[in-house]
Amino acid sequence: MAGTGKTPTTPLWEVFIRSRGGLAHRHVGSLHAADATLALHAARDLFTRRGEGVSLWIVPASAIIASDPADAGMLFEPTGSKIYRHPTFYEVPEEVGHM
Amino acid sequence: MATTSISVAETPLVLYALRRADDALILGHRLSQWIGRGPTLEEEMAFGNFGLDLIGQARALYAYAAAIEAAGHDEDDFAYLRDAPQYRNLLLVEQPNGDFAVTMLRQLFYSAFADFYWRAMMTSRDATLAAIAAKSEKESAYHFSHAAEWVIRLGDGTAESHARTEAACEALWPFTGEMFESDAAERELCDAGTIIDPASLRVPWRARLGEVFAAAGLALPAPDRWMQRGGRSGRHSEHLGHLLAEMQILPRSFPGAEW
Repeated sequence: MAGTGKTPTTPLWEVFIRSRGGLAHRHVGSLHAADATLALHAARDLFTRRGEGVSLWIVPASAIIASDPADAGMLFEPTGSKIYRHPTFYEVPEEVGHM
Repeated sequence: MATTSISVAETPLVLYALRRADDALILGHRLSQWIGRGPTLEEEMAFGNFGLDLIGQARALYAYAAAIEAAGHDEDDFAYLRDAPQYRNLLLVEQPNGDFAVTMLRQLFYSAFADFYWRAMMTSRDATLAAIAAKSEKESAYHFSHAAEWVIRLGDGTAESHARTEAACEALWPFTGEMFESDAAERELCDAGTIIDPASLRVPWRARLGEVFAAAGLALPAPDRWMQRGGRSGRHSEHLGHLLAEMQILPRSFPGAEW
């Protein structure tokens, strides 16, 4: 199912499910289908068999722009030394209570 | 076979429940026969899901038949301990899977009917049947949507897929008339408001199929063609016996087997 390339007749599609109202759609997997409608049907039949969600998004896998794993160092490592970006260093006055 | 068949007291309501349950069970079993043979994993899962929907409908109807018959039979007895002449399903649903076009067209013909049928049955005066209808209607609506999408693509696809879909229609069409028939037993239930008259669905069913066939570039056969009948009274095609032999061999050979 999670093929790397395409076949001429059934390209790869990525499937996203919203598990319930208010939550974001989450990537759950991929499938092959001839067109968008059949991809939506296949997603329903493959990924929502156990009450997983209330909404589906299907995206052609070719439309996903992905970062290159080789660039991971450049892209993501610099943030490791900047722990001050986490909001854990601020003291919240007692009177504020729960934020 | 080690276990003998049960005998069922077919009052009108028991007979009715068995007919609808048998439709669902036999079609569900047919779809389960695609498991391991599907053209793609995605489509095989769809058939598996539809089969489970239908077998679920059958279970609810068998359980109801058991309750009103009150003869100590359960769902499994109805499914596994009746022979072909005791089965009351439509001839359409027992027809072999054939190729992908045959399976899809059989599903289209049946689900186009079942969707309308269960929707109308939601107003039944029988609360159990109305509840079964409400659940079955949603399932049937999706079966119809899926089969319609595929039949459009098969008919409007390649010369090969078009020819196969035409051939499937030619083979299955004579089995569609039986869906709209009813007999004295059912008319009695109709008059009481327990069930609806399936004949009332003939026109909307044909109109709905007409839309799918037009989009598929297929010609809908004439409405007045000769139709097969007999399934409702136990006169089946040769295919049902083979299906039941496979489905029943285990519980008949090892009664009460659990795994």
